Amino acid sequence: MDMPANVPENASGQALRKAPAGAREEILARVRRALADVPAAEEPADVAVARDYARAGGPAPGSPAVRELLVERLIDYDAAVRTVTAADAASVAEAVARSAAARTAGPLVVPDGFPAEWLAALPPERVLRDEPPLGVGALDRAGAVLTTAAAAVATTGTLVLDCGPGQGRRALTLVPDHHLCVVRAGQVVASVPEVLAGLEPARPLTFISGPSATSDIELDRIEGVHGPRTLEVLVLVEG
Amino acid sequence: MSDSTYLGMPPFPEAARTALGDTQLRSNLAHATDTIRRKRAAVVAEVDDWEELREAGRAVKERTLRHLDTYLVRLEERVTAAGGQVHWARDGAEAGRIVTELVRATGESEVVKIKSMATQEIELNETLAEAGIAAYETDLAELIVQLGDDHPSHILVPAIHRNRAEIREIFVREMGAYGTPAPDGLTDDPARLAEAARLHLREKFLRAKVGISGANFLVADTGTAVVVESEGNGRMCLTLPETLISVVGIEKIVPSWQDLEVFLQLLPRSSTGERMNPYTSTWTGTTEGDGPSTFHLVLLDGGRSDTLADRIGRQALNCIRCSACLNVCPVYERVGGHAYGSVYPGPIGAILGPQLRGTDTLLDRSLPYASTLCGACYEVCPVKINIPEVLVHLRAQVVDEGRERRVPKAERMAMAAARWVLSDPARLAAAQRTGALGGRLLSRRGRIGRLPGPLSPWSDTRDAPSPARESFRAWWKRTH
Repeated sequence: MDMPANVPENASGQALRKAPAGAREEILARVRRALADVPAAEEPADVAVARDYARAGGPAPGSPAVRELLVERLIDYDAAVRTVTAADAASVAEAVARSAAARTAGPLVVPDGFPAEWLAALPPERVLRDEPPLGVGALDRAGAVLTTAAAAVATTGTLVLDCGPGQGRRALTLVPDHHLCVVRAGQVVASVPEVLAGLEPARPLTFISGPSATSDIELDRIEGVHGPRTLEVLVLVEG
Repeated sequence: MSDSTYLGMPPFPEAARTALGDTQLRSNLAHATDTIRRKRAAVVAEVDDWEELREAGRAVKERTLRHLDTYLVRLEERVTAAGGQVHWARDGAEAGRIVTELVRATGESEVVKIKSMATQEIELNETLAEAGIAAYETDLAELIVQLGDDHPSHILVPAIHRNRAEIREIFVREMGAYGTPAPDGLTDDPARLAEAARLHLREKFLRAKVGISGANFLVADTGTAVVVESEGNGRMCLTLPETLISVVGIEKIVPSWQDLEVFLQLLPRSSTGERMNPYTSTWTGTTEGDGPSTFHLVLLDGGRSDTLADRIGRQALNCIRCSACLNVCPVYERVGGHAYGSVYPGPIGAILGPQLRGTDTLLDRSLPYASTLCGACYEVCPVKINIPEVLVHLRAQVVDEGRERRVPKAERMAMAAARWVLSDPARLAAAQRTGALGGRLLSRRGRIGRLPGPLSPWSDTRDAPSPARESFRAWWKRTH
């Protein structure tokens, strides 16, 4: 490589911007020429989009029906699922500790904002904080990560993380081999349209449906490639 | 036979004939496409509003394409406002130069890649290699193709032509040369093969400073990019590097965040036959403390604006690269993807390739014929691309171009004369009387043999029966 790593950014950046400025105008001009048949007065909204598909009307968010469907669909894609009916934080903490003890060894990465009371039954030495931010090597050595979620979709068996409190940055739920996620029943909606309507696009979002998988060998689904090979979900029904 | 074109000997039939002779390939393909067809049918049957979703998907794409200039400008503005940098590339070569410069500016000599049709289309890996930059494919099937020094043969599963035993052999033979070797005693159990890929790529992910991706969707209103994947290799490439470069065709835009609710239902069910793919990532520019600190979006034209100019053909730009049309196509199932000679095989490739690249080559003139027009592709298409309609349209176009460019003058004149004669009953009757007389003069023992002049190439290898003494119409008139 003939260019030093610390080359001033605009040295190559400027050269770059020069050529594509012409490309931008030319591409836009080509597109406008190609669309000569579109009347000048036509607005995007004039092209009708019939949204006759189901946008609502399934089981209500957080209802027993929607929760049961989520559990069924999660299991169908080989996530491990437990429904925890918890009257208080202590029983949640106990369920978390039991999962951690049964399925993982070594430290659990716990992001900022994960409810402290849910950690109460875990031995403190098993909790690894992302503070200061852990390097990828440390994440790779950590056996598991423990998070909350932003929402869940029952029909598709999907968890959504938006990097909010208790979820952490994206790398945390990616590099460790085991992801333990606590979802409150009230966060579960029936369908994809319902969940998208409640999300903030400016945040980095990750939709997770089961453990990492591939269909690349003979088009059959095989679990366990680069993402966490175990996905464990605690569906929390608060008393 | 001369190399004259539109009905000449185009490469698809030749390639198809070779592929048909490969029984291993046919058996691998039949097994894989049968599996995926059944999975798709099952998950589509679960959805009561599938037809409404398809129609909405089609309409959203129509809205996008008819106002693509507006949406491109809006997208650029929103991505820039969110901390991303937008670059424009007229063609693949320009996109390749931009990406090469961007990688060079980081000082890195290797990149990790998410499977992306756009970067395959522009042969980015080859361009980077010439610049001394190693691009590691991280999708399992792409890894199989790259390690096997092979070509992709399917949009979703580029190594669909390989079975588990062949994959094992490639891993054992090649992995060591590029990093972590295959584990000792590797079997052809698919789970073990997937694990071997995990081990091989892990160190590359963890040290990568530059990631290169495509995108399944770009949301104009919010400046959000979306990648839909299964393995987690996509999340690795999108999250761990410091610099992310995404190369995306200008047709990948959807107008609004809400529009994703349609496509995130249509795509996974059509593609892998799942209710939802394991991982979908969305990002908007850059986020402090999370993921790459630098994000470049390279918007690629590469023949898309030409395709957009064709009012019938432009629907090919609706394509969301699900590959359902490949899996149901009787032609694809038998000949496989390589016969189509490009990164876009199958029915969608037969209409997309010749439009993106133009019809200058024998290959691209032959592709619109690589179909029986059975219509199965149209039926499964989640965005309702009428592939048979575009195929027929492109066939006509190829024939018209050939007629202008190459059809011999005698044939053109004969056709013009035939049109004049056939368009009027009186002229036809007169011609039939003349023809009957002339034909009998030329024939011997009831057959017309060799003809003189410009008709000789045709008559050299064919005999024609001499015309009847009387036409049917003349006989009818005389006897009734």
